[in-house]
Amino acid sequence: MSATADTTTGGNSHVGRSLRRKEDPRLITGRSRYVDDISLPGTLYVAFVRSPEAHARIGSIDTSAAKARPGIVAVYTGEDMDAGGPMPVAWAPPGVTLNTPEHYPLAKGTVNHVGDPVAAVIGIDRYAVVDAAEDVLVDLEPLPVVMDMEEALKDEVVIHESLGTNKSHEWSLGGGDVEAGLREADVVVERRIVNHRVSGAAIEPRAVLAEYRAGNLTIWSSTQVPHFLRNIVAALLGISADRVRAIAPEVGGGFGSKLQIYGEEIFCAWAASKLNHPVKWVATRSDDMATMHHGRDQIAYVRMGAKRDGTITAFHTKIIADLGAYHMLLTPSIPSFGGFVMSGVYTFPAVQTDVIGVLTNKFPTDAIRGAGRPEATHMIEVTMDQMAAELGMDPLELRRKNFIPPHNEPHETVIGVVYDSGNHEGTLDKLMEHVDVAGFRQEQERLRSEGVHRGIGFCTYTEVCGVAPTRVFGPPGFGVQGGGWESGMVRVNTNGSVTVYTGTSPHGQGHETGFAQIVADRLGVDPQQVEVIHGDTATGPEGLDTYGSRTLAVGGEAVARAAEKVARKAKSIVAHQLEAAAEDIEVRGGKFQVKGSPDKAMSMAEIAGEAYVPLNLPEGMEPGLEEIAFYDPENFVFPFGAHACVVDVDPDTGKVKIVRYVAVDDCGPAINPLLIDGQVHGGVAQSIGQALYEQVVYDDQGQLVTGTFVDYALPTAAEMPSFETDRTETPSPTNTLGVKGVGEAGTIAATAAVTNAVIDALRPLGVGYIDMPLTPMRVWQAIHSDAGPRSTEQGRALDEHGGGAAGSGPTSPTEGGAQ
Amino acid sequence: MIPPEFEYTAPESLEDALRALADGGEDAKVLAGGHSLLPLMKLRLAAPTLLVDLRKVPGLRGAQRENGQWRIGAMTRHVDLQDNADLGVVQKAASLIADQQVRNRGTIGGSIAHGDPASDLPTVFRALDGTVTIMAQGGGTREVAAADMFQDYLTTAVGPGEILTEIRLPAVDDWGWGYEKFNRRAEDWAMVGVVALVKKGADGSCEDVRIGLTHMASTPIRATAVENALRGQGLDGQSIASAAEQAAEGTDPPGDLNATPDYKRHLARVLTRRALEQAAGVSS
Repeated sequence: MSATADTTTGGNSHVGRSLRRKEDPRLITGRSRYVDDISLPGTLYVAFVRSPEAHARIGSIDTSAAKARPGIVAVYTGEDMDAGGPMPVAWAPPGVTLNTPEHYPLAKGTVNHVGDPVAAVIGIDRYAVVDAAEDVLVDLEPLPVVMDMEEALKDEVVIHESLGTNKSHEWSLGGGDVEAGLREADVVVERRIVNHRVSGAAIEPRAVLAEYRAGNLTIWSSTQVPHFLRNIVAALLGISADRVRAIAPEVGGGFGSKLQIYGEEIFCAWAASKLNHPVKWVATRSDDMATMHHGRDQIAYVRMGAKRDGTITAFHTKIIADLGAYHMLLTPSIPSFGGFVMSGVYTFPAVQTDVIGVLTNKFPTDAIRGAGRPEATHMIEVTMDQMAAELGMDPLELRRKNFIPPHNEPHETVIGVVYDSGNHEGTLDKLMEHVDVAGFRQEQERLRSEGVHRGIGFCTYTEVCGVAPTRVFGPPGFGVQGGGWESGMVRVNTNGSVTVYTGTSPHGQGHETGFAQIVADRLGVDPQQVEVIHGDTATGPEGLDTYGSRTLAVGGEAVARAAEKVARKAKSIVAHQLEAAAEDIEVRGGKFQVKGSPDKAMSMAEIAGEAYVPLNLPEGMEPGLEEIAFYDPENFVFPFGAHACVVDVDPDTGKVKIVRYVAVDDCGPAINPLLIDGQVHGGVAQSIGQALYEQVVYDDQGQLVTGTFVDYALPTAAEMPSFETDRTETPSPTNTLGVKGVGEAGTIAATAAVTNAVIDALRPLGVGYIDMPLTPMRVWQAIHSDAGPRSTEQGRALDEHGGGAAGSGPTSPTEGGAQ
Repeated sequence: MIPPEFEYTAPESLEDALRALADGGEDAKVLAGGHSLLPLMKLRLAAPTLLVDLRKVPGLRGAQRENGQWRIGAMTRHVDLQDNADLGVVQKAASLIADQQVRNRGTIGGSIAHGDPASDLPTVFRALDGTVTIMAQGGGTREVAAADMFQDYLTTAVGPGEILTEIRLPAVDDWGWGYEKFNRRAEDWAMVGVVALVKKGADGSCEDVRIGLTHMASTPIRATAVENALRGQGLDGQSIASAAEQAAEGTDPPGDLNATPDYKRHLARVLTRRALEQAAGVSS
């Protein structure tokens, strides 16, 4: 379905093609440029002295030995920094009061997590500063540590004295009468669902280079958000924002963990202006594992009610969210993002989400790919399967019974969130073309008799992305202290090639290819002639960067609109030259031609010639050929889909192997199916990583156990199945492209599909519920626990069915989750 | 990941390497493939003052069969072993070490001298009852049997200033073998690993058997209780399963993030059964 593309491109059908990524040759041949590839004369290097304690009062700091080492220029502590803090929270959930601890680039007074920086050593050699950092003597007086989020809520140990409590905030969103819905239900399922802490684990670690020269500050950073960085650096350092330039060169992965303003960035900018030298810091993997924001880490107490016929009557979730030691850019908002999609793809008549944010002595959590929606989707979709089992109903039948009917116009859910368009039957039907469930059940039976435990699990999801309509998300709405629009600027160069400037900032998505296709169709040029410039606040128009699957649905729409403006001007020029009416000019076959007269046509090079040598332009027309568009969406977009996962579980060892993974996603009409597949593959892989392998683990004293990729089990290609993908295309009415974001979809969908598949495999062995990560030991322990199948009849207390089955908390996987 | 400062030399003879080690004192270390030592240095868990790289020393790379045994140079890389089908269980184990990049650099001598109980080749060496040649200061050599090689966690018979030069393994042509490595990711060290070697008698019974266990103690060890239970017995699913039940006897597995000692004992029993079934050509 590419109706949108057909009507606007006049047959220049680059949109919809699986064009290979324009970015790839330079990336694959190692010719790209990352921050660490950039060196300026006189650069100084930084090493941070980090706290080995999770909670301590800072006593004396003796920097004399470090300062005395050769090549060391300066050593700074928190007390030395006369600017640069406290660092801001950019978003807060609407209508709540936050207990926000002060957070500085270098700690002042106390340290509150392992890795909290207490001093910074600056010198002429990147090796020397690391050696010198070991000579900084920090007197730390250990304070009591609280790592468990539910313990922290008791306030027996209060981390931040000035707050007097570990509770950050409470937030609720609901609609309908949940308690009445649960009362009228025939069956109520209650679970305690643990969604453990993960790392973004981008392959390129963070890197910062700052230069202060003649009153202007330039900061290169491996970031998703150069515009945010510019604004926040300017505000904290007291420099006018127009004197600050932030550049994100090639960025080697973000996954949300670079949607952040890190203290290290602020420090380097401050030190560069203080010392009048360029200052560079490049994180090690150990730095990033300890001090790059983590994600998830929620405990949800869910209650779902249903009639015997499968009609869901209510869904209630109480989320306790471990926010870590501080609030960073979005920290307190993440669980609320989940609350916005707590209706899932269903017509639940009553839905309520209650969030409690808690501070602990861990590194802060913040947005990691999906940011709240993966947790919410896991809660909904795992609970749907639990309910199906309780009702003795097929899990897909239960879903179909409660689906929101297909809609091309906005649909308002009971919690007031308005879905743009959807067709959940459609994606599930498409999935069923790939998955023969009846055949699977027969095979499953046969394999069980051979000792192989195979299971299948599903997830039908939607999510909210395309951040963001300012009117809904801005200060009067959900609480952004800013706008949500995006910009695009399209310049036809004098030779007819095209340069596009976007305010979005890629880190692997393929902006340069997708945007080039959109522009190429509208301007009658080849995508190879379209260069896309991004990630630099000093080039192109104002922008708001890349996160929340906004690139195409917001940034792409802005680029398309700018290209349309250029096309309109080009048509006027052509019409004038060829003595035709502008409305009779169309883009066809790579030229602007008079309809029906292919011989009367001009190429973009010829049009540019007229535009830039303005001897014969229409009366009153300005010379040149470039246009800008700002686009502020009317609504979010809501991609959706249906995923299936097939697993084999080895009951002797507990090891889970993914046999098949099939993803059907609907993100509207495809601009480039190859880019969509890339996003889905990566998203699903990341989600399988969480479901089966990855977990950030601290011990009970706050020491990070998973400080390297040896212990943090980031999966590799060897652990992944060959993904099967397909699509349906339901256009969004929100934008003219009809598109919805797809960067986070796979991550949002897959944990539930994998978990449901494992539970399906294990049911004959008496396992009815299990928490992630589904490590071999946890699965083996679940099989060998005495608890047996868990009953969930109405009226039982939560801890009678949840019990140990819901997991032992994220900090002690060795105790298992299911005994 | 920045290591502390160190000196580096790549001598072109064993004699020069031994001299460099002697001159470097107790904080001098031999560098082979570097895939254990360099990460430890980068994490600042090891801080040698001098690395003596053996890569230019001639005659330390390659596997030759001689008089019923394999002579394998200490600098023979895992990739050389994984491509040599004649090596049987050694080939199999080498092919499962970490990932290809590591196998391209890592060496059998480095692995055995490092003595990591979670590594593949030390256990294979132990199960095969191989021997190593160790050269000391002045060029004198001594032979050390596998049973005497591994003394404690990361502690082997290779002393300071000494260089392991050659590994000898019996060619076990008339033995069946099985190799089971259990890990979370393909690139991980073994959570538990089992090498099983079975020699069948003329009547099909178990004439001899050797079982090596990976990561079940502070060193690679033999599952002697299983060996004793199976030796002289018939080889069928039941005898193997029954013997394998004793696989955890005498072990002292270290617990970690991914496995409690109890879980590892369980895995040892399961994997020993599976490795024995492979070695004996018996299905369960």
